[in-house]
Parts: sequence; structure tokens; C-alpha cells
Amino acid sequence: MSNILATMGLSRFIENPKTNFSQLGKSLLIPLIGLLIFLFIWEIGAKNVHTSLGTFPGPAAVYQQSLTLIEEHKAERIKEVKFYERQDVRNEKKLAKNPDAKIKVRPYTGKPTFFDQIITSLITVLAGFVIASLIAIPAGILIGLNSTLYSAFNPLIQLFKPVSPLAWLPLVTMIVSAVYVSKDPMFAKSFITSLITVSLCSLWPTLLNTAVGVSSISKDLQNVSQVLRLNWFTHIVKIVLPSAIPMMFTGLRLSLGIAWMVLIAAEMLAQNPGLGKFVWDEFQNGSSNSLGRIMVAVLVIGFIGFLLDRCMLFLQRKMSWDKTVVLR
Amino acid sequence: MSQPPQHLELTKVDIDFPTPNGPFKALQDINLTINKGEFVSLIGHSGCGKSTVLNIVAGLYQATNGGCLLDGKEVNAPGPERAVVFQNHSLLPWLTAYENVELAVKQVFGKSKSKAEMREWIEHNLSLVHMDHAMDKRPDEISGGMKQRVGIARALAMEPTVMLMDEPFGALDALTRAHLQDSLMEIQKDLNNTVIMITHDVDEAVLLSDRIVMMTNGPAATVGEILHIDLPRPRDRIALADDPQYNHYRHEVLTFLYEKQRTPDSGLSSKKKDEATLKVATGEHKPKAKGEDKAA
Repeated sequence: MSNILATMGLSRFIENPKTNFSQLGKSLLIPLIGLLIFLFIWEIGAKNVHTSLGTFPGPAAVYQQSLTLIEEHKAERIKEVKFYERQDVRNEKKLAKNPDAKIKVRPYTGKPTFFDQIITSLITVLAGFVIASLIAIPAGILIGLNSTLYSAFNPLIQLFKPVSPLAWLPLVTMIVSAVYVSKDPMFAKSFITSLITVSLCSLWPTLLNTAVGVSSISKDLQNVSQVLRLNWFTHIVKIVLPSAIPMMFTGLRLSLGIAWMVLIAAEMLAQNPGLGKFVWDEFQNGSSNSLGRIMVAVLVIGFIGFLLDRCMLFLQRKMSWDKTVVLR
Repeated sequence: MSQPPQHLELTKVDIDFPTPNGPFKALQDINLTINKGEFVSLIGHSGCGKSTVLNIVAGLYQATNGGCLLDGKEVNAPGPERAVVFQNHSLLPWLTAYENVELAVKQVFGKSKSKAEMREWIEHNLSLVHMDHAMDKRPDEISGGMKQRVGIARALAMEPTVMLMDEPFGALDALTRAHLQDSLMEIQKDLNNTVIMITHDVDEAVLLSDRIVMMTNGPAATVGEILHIDLPRPRDRIALADDPQYNHYRHEVLTFLYEKQRTPDSGLSSKKKDEATLKVATGEHKPKAKGEDKAA
């Protein structure tokens, strides 16, 4: 429990439970009032918006849809279990008749549920983010240490930084189709496409912030390094990296936020599995429940984005040597 | 002219810094020889190039003309045999006191000492500066004086031939400063290493030094006067405070700083200023008068 509170940024209440309750009331009550006002306006506003798919769903309808989505997920799981049971029974019968019979185990091919899509999206965004960071951090260090390299690459970075994922997507799709050819692919092409698009777009904040962090190491510490005659590896590990860590994390958090936004857009456009595809499918379905289900997805996307940022903050607190700085 | 090589020798050092308006001559014709085990202070007004001299000896700057010899070898890069104690301690904030010293010790003795020996050596140096009780504290957990102690321990642990100190006690309060000065005198007595220290503090310079090198104002600053401090060691600050010889030395340095090398904003009364200007104008106190001192 305390861990969850800590990740939510409420750690000061568990550190000192006796902190006067008025303060706790203030920090919990005021956001709560804000939330209630938002729900009220939503409810009133939604009633007055009539679309071709019916009235815009209010909070209650959206809550109802979220329950339905959970139910659908459970039902789908039961169907899956039953499918495999049936398959096993069938195979056993086959074997009983003829021990040499070839047995086929077919995977279940049911429609992915809302929760399956969440998992897919999370895996994709994390993989894309990790790849982007693995490229951006070393490149940022290199560019930050060498002003010639910085001048060489800065225009390119500035050029590619503002490019929307939607512009990259067709190119990436075509290149992946052409290059990633394998009879038994380890990853689906759609996964690779989303991954690369996410990486391309979330590279830049980490790259730039790392470069700036590295290039702004205090002159004193550089002098210390010179007097000690540290070799380049020790110099980077003992001096460059620790002093660049705060800036690096600023970049990483921005990158992860961008990665998550980019992923949803890419999934929508490319019909790659994930939350974006869920939203698009619901939009195409056009049932009276669609708007409610999309609204559930919107809220879940927001909440996951928030959790991802909190995870990075948690990591930043762990890695940061300067415990006096208030990180938020 | 074939003398045996001096311990540390600065010969005809000039340095130019490039600026958008052409090169800026910070130092001109610095000549200085320092003996082994000598404690030398550099004193002068802000911006006169004291730190530049120290950085040249450290190898962080390269002289434009002339050069610096240490035991007959030219100094052209920084190195641990010329350890520097920086003005604002320059400890790595993410390492503990122990780890800060360890970084230096590993660099210098990584091959010659075993792990246990290195550990002992680090602890020994921290206890020299009375920091053995706070070895596992990080710089932001200890006071300014303690940080500077760790900085000194780091420099000592490199077993430097010359220890360079850039206003090591400048940012400290008077009491802490006095404590550290006493510690430094003790350590220097035991280890007998050469020390070059930059200071703004006349008392500090007289108390600690064997010689005080007084620098003229920049640009193109050079060595103005050199004052030998012939006070017996160990020196006791309380006894010296009432010592006529000590006060004479102080007077000499103060005269140099506030009359001969006045800065326009040194805060003298306008009358005194006029007198001083007159003296300078008549050439009464031009640096050439100190040629004899340099030769000595």
C-alpha cells in the first residue's frame, strides 16, 4: 500500500501519519472537489451533445461500459479455456483411435479484448522506449562531450525532432515490409512498425537533454578529472554520467510521454494491435455503446500515461544522488 | 650558469588569452623558483592572475611563452604529482568522502598498492585532516570546512611533489579557517611537501608561508615583490599576534597591496588616493625597484 501511495506522489502522508489532518484534507479534498466539478460538467454537457451514435455518454454510462469490457474479457478467457479443452479432448480421441496420428495444436484465434490491447500497447511502448533510450543516451553523451559533433548533428536533430509520427508511419511500414522478411518471424510486422515509429519519435528529448546535461558539467569537476588523469571510461562513468543524470531523466520522462502518445496514434492509423486499434475499431463499429467504450479507452490511456510517468519518477528518485532536490 | 636543476622553476612565463578583441595578456614575465619543502603564498588583488599562475603549474593552462619545470621536467599536462586543492572543494557530490579520496588513490596507487593498503592509506589521509569520523558522508551532508578537509585529504593522498592550493580557505568562516590553517601547518611539517597557495588573506599568508610572492595588478601581471618570512616554526597564531616581526611582515604586505598596487575601487579616502596616485606617478614605487628582491 505504502508503495502505491509513494508512486502516486502521496508519500508525505505515510512518512508522517500524524501530519495534521487539515493538510491532508487540503491535499486530498481539493483535488477531489475538482474531480467532482469535472464529473458534474461532463454529465450536464454530455446530455446535450447528440451524435449520430446517440447521446454522448456521461460518467455513469462510461462506468457501465467499463464493467461490460471487463465482462467481455472474462467471457473471452472462458471461451479460450474451453477451446483448448475441446482441442485436447479431440486430440486424445484421435490418439486413442490411432497412436500414430498427427496431432495439431492450434492457437486460439479469438478477438483480442480491451485488456489484451492494453498489454500489447504497454509491451510495444516499453520496447520502443528502451530502444530509443539505448540509442539516445550514448549518442547524447557523445554529442555532449564533443562540440564539433554537436554542431554537426544539431541541425539534423532540430529537423527531425518536430516530425509527427504520422509522417514517419508510411515510410516505416514500407521499409519494414521490404526488409523484415522471414518465414517464421519472431515478432509481428505490425509490432516492428509500431516499435520503430515510437522509437523514432521518442528519441529526441532524451538525446538533447543528455547532450545538454553532459556538456554542462562544471569546469571544476573537469579539472579534477584532468588532474587525476582519469581515462575516458572512468571519466564518463565517474564524472560525466552522474552529473548528467538529472537532465537525462528529464529527457527520459519527456520521451516516455511522447512514446505513449505516438504509439496510440500509430496504432490507430496503421491498424496495429493495441489501444489505438481498439479506439479505431469502436469508431468504425458505430454501435450505441461505441462512444462510451472509446471514452473508457481515453481514460485508461490517460491513466497509464500517468502511471508510466510515476514509474520514471520513482526510478529517478532511486538513481538521483542529490536527495535534497524535490522531484515532481 | 650551469646550476643544478631547481625543484620548481617558472621562467619568463607569459600567457595570452584569446578574446574577440585580440589576445589578452594576463601574465607577463613571471620568474619564480621554489625549493623543495617550501611553503609559498601568492597574494594580489582579484583578477591579477594568481590562479592563472597556479593553473600553469598544475598544467591546466599552457604558458604562451616561457615555461614551468618541475625537477627538471617540463610541465605540459595536469597530473597527480601536482595535486590541486580547489577553491570550492570540487568534490564529486555523488561520492562519499571516502570514495572521493578513493578515486584519487586508485588512480595513483591502483597498481602499486593492494586493496587493503589502499584502504589503509585512504583512512590515514582522512584522519590526517580529522575527517575519519565522517568518511561515509556525502559532500552535501557535511559542512563547508569539512568538505575542504576532504579536498585536502584527496590532494595529500596523491602524495604530490607539489601541492597547489587555490584559495583553499577563502569560503570558510574565520574560526574554521584558523583550525584548517593549523592542521595544514602540522601536516606540512610532517610531510615536508612543497606547497603553493593562493590567498587574499594577509594574516594567512604571513602565518603559513616561508615566502610571500606579491603580484602586481593585471593585465600583464607579474611578480611585484617577494617577502621572506623568517619566523621560527612551529608558529603559534596567538603568540605571533603580538610579535613585532610578524606585524612588520603584515605591514609590508599591506603596504604593497593597498599603496603600491591600489585598485581604483579599493575604498581608500580620496586624499590618500591622491597621495598614492602621486607616488605612482612619480615612479617612486614602480616594480623595477624590486629587482633586487627577485635576484635575492
